[in-house]
Amino acid sequence: MSSYADLAAECQVIVCCGTGGVGKTTTAAATAMAAATMGRRAAVVTIDPAKRLADALGIVELGNNPTIIDGPWEGTLAALMLDTKATFDEVVRRHATSQNQAETIYGNRFYKNISTSLSGTQDYMAVEKLAELHASGDWDLVVVDTPPTRDALAFLEAPKLLTRLLDNPIYKLLISPSQGVLRAVNRAAGTVVRQLSRVVGAEVVDDAIEFFQAFQGMEDGFRERADATLTLLGADATAFVLVASPRADTIVEAKYFLRRLGKADLDAAAVVVNRVLPALATDLDRSNAIALAHPGGPTQALADHAAAAAGDDDRIADLLSSAPSATVARVPLLPSDVHDVDTLQRIAALLASS
Amino acid sequence: MDPGQFFASSRVLIVAGKGGVGKTTASATLALAAARTGLSVLLVEVSGRSATAPMFGADAPGYEETTVYDEADRGSVRCRSITPDDALVEWLTNHGFSRIAKRMAKSGLLEIVATATPGIKDLLVLGRIKALESQEAADLIIVDAPAAGHAVQFLKAPIGVRDTARTGVLHRQALEVLEMLEDADRCRALLVSIPEETPVNELIETAFAVEDEVGLALGPVVVNGILPTIADLDAGAPEELTASEAGAVRLAADLRRDRNHLQATQLDRLGTDLPLPQIRLPQLFTTEIGIAELRELADAAAASIRDLDFA
Repeated sequence: MSSYADLAAECQVIVCCGTGGVGKTTTAAATAMAAATMGRRAAVVTIDPAKRLADALGIVELGNNPTIIDGPWEGTLAALMLDTKATFDEVVRRHATSQNQAETIYGNRFYKNISTSLSGTQDYMAVEKLAELHASGDWDLVVVDTPPTRDALAFLEAPKLLTRLLDNPIYKLLISPSQGVLRAVNRAAGTVVRQLSRVVGAEVVDDAIEFFQAFQGMEDGFRERADATLTLLGADATAFVLVASPRADTIVEAKYFLRRLGKADLDAAAVVVNRVLPALATDLDRSNAIALAHPGGPTQALADHAAAAAGDDDRIADLLSSAPSATVARVPLLPSDVHDVDTLQRIAALLASS
Repeated sequence: MDPGQFFASSRVLIVAGKGGVGKTTASATLALAAARTGLSVLLVEVSGRSATAPMFGADAPGYEETTVYDEADRGSVRCRSITPDDALVEWLTNHGFSRIAKRMAKSGLLEIVATATPGIKDLLVLGRIKALESQEAADLIIVDAPAAGHAVQFLKAPIGVRDTARTGVLHRQALEVLEMLEDADRCRALLVSIPEETPVNELIETAFAVEDEVGLALGPVVVNGILPTIADLDAGAPEELTASEAGAVRLAADLRRDRNHLQATQLDRLGTDLPLPQIRLPQLFTTEIGIAELRELADAAAASIRDLDFA
């Protein structure tokens, strides 16, 4: 088991995953900051950060290039807010055989749907950006904050988003008419196209066929890239950090996440539990006894706190039993949301000492 | 406002909010509170999981309905799950595509159609809910909207499909769902949040988007996890305690004061920036939500609704 400090010091890629509302972006930023404090060059890819956190990090605009954040760290810290559409356009440009092919694809409505509103696109582009930053050689560590998906596999399967469509036999049918293959296949394609047209309308089908035809020649590039990013996600220098909070519903989700991660033969290297109530000197029984013997506001607060903290402890223990090999970091409940560099530094220091 | 009158005001309530705000608990609470006013309630989950039935102490339901609460003539709650794949097969079958329905879902054709028409999955789920509403499957249908991503995306799906698939049966389906969403007597959204900074910001953004972009009427906001206010937190620790015990009392009292203060700030901000009534549900200090906790929350919801002042 590596300590959290080891992860920040040695990993090349850290993926922060978990459901929404548990402080994932904050954890990702603090992790990169911890690495920068150790003298490393660390970049964090954020997805839809809360506005005030983005302001604090100086990433006011969607930018597809990392913005350097100045601060009292020995290394380099940079952050970027993922622009899904622009990243997808870059990927297409990289794989296109000609400028013309890229332009045809940009103008296609089916492509616009894929690159903006298809579920999974954000995950896909987060992985792409991660791979790109990693490959640039400019960064010792790339930390990525994942979109709030419920399922770990959605993120891991994201690189295959397009190739899965291309592997679909229907795709082959859709593009085959232009290649003059067997009439039986053409007829089958015709049937599929007619049925689809009746359901979704003819122009939608036309757009899809046009997209797949325009895409020809780029499949291999996309396939190789998908394989390469999956290899990167499974590499030893890549760590998954599960971010959770002690709330009952987020623990349930976190356990589900771990199970799905396990299904892909991956482990969470660390579990970060945010918003943990500070421990008290009195346990639950003693706290209740005090509240009973001395009724009043302060002792009521004590009993409530002890009850909530005991519940937190039980739930955290339950979560950790699902991730026995993970290192654990508990981040205390903070009086307000994190939106300044000082607080982030405190969390970074806390993570690094876990 | 009388809870009976409140729950009878729309046939469908869509409970929406970002992940981590206790939306599913809020849905189950409202279902129980509504059932107690004598309504038959259908609680629909659309995330492919079944988290509400266990709260009622029942087994998880599948696509078929499961009765999880039944007080003879005094209301009932049934739970069911609706997933896009099931909804698609059912919808295709009902629209004369029965021959290709199964194949379409299985062969991956759904994936291509879904890619070509973003929002189709959400639309099909909403379409199924609309069908249940038309059939008057229950007095009240409560929908636990998807947690991941934005509620707005789910609710805007019919608009997206209407504009993408400009002809065909899917287009008509989108129009029918929109008709329901835009009719406040048929459907309202209840947005859920917790009294913390970022969730409150997101709730306010979502509220305006739902009203302006979807045209869906908003019911009261459900604020979950309200920490009860404690009086006399400044009274100090009892003298009889040891130093470390007294320290624990002071620490707990100080923290509680800070948290109550922050909570009040966020509730005020929510009330100012979003002029909607609030249904407030208390934070429970228990590990799991079962029927006992659900009863407590439903009591709080009913009391909160009674205090609401509607124009």
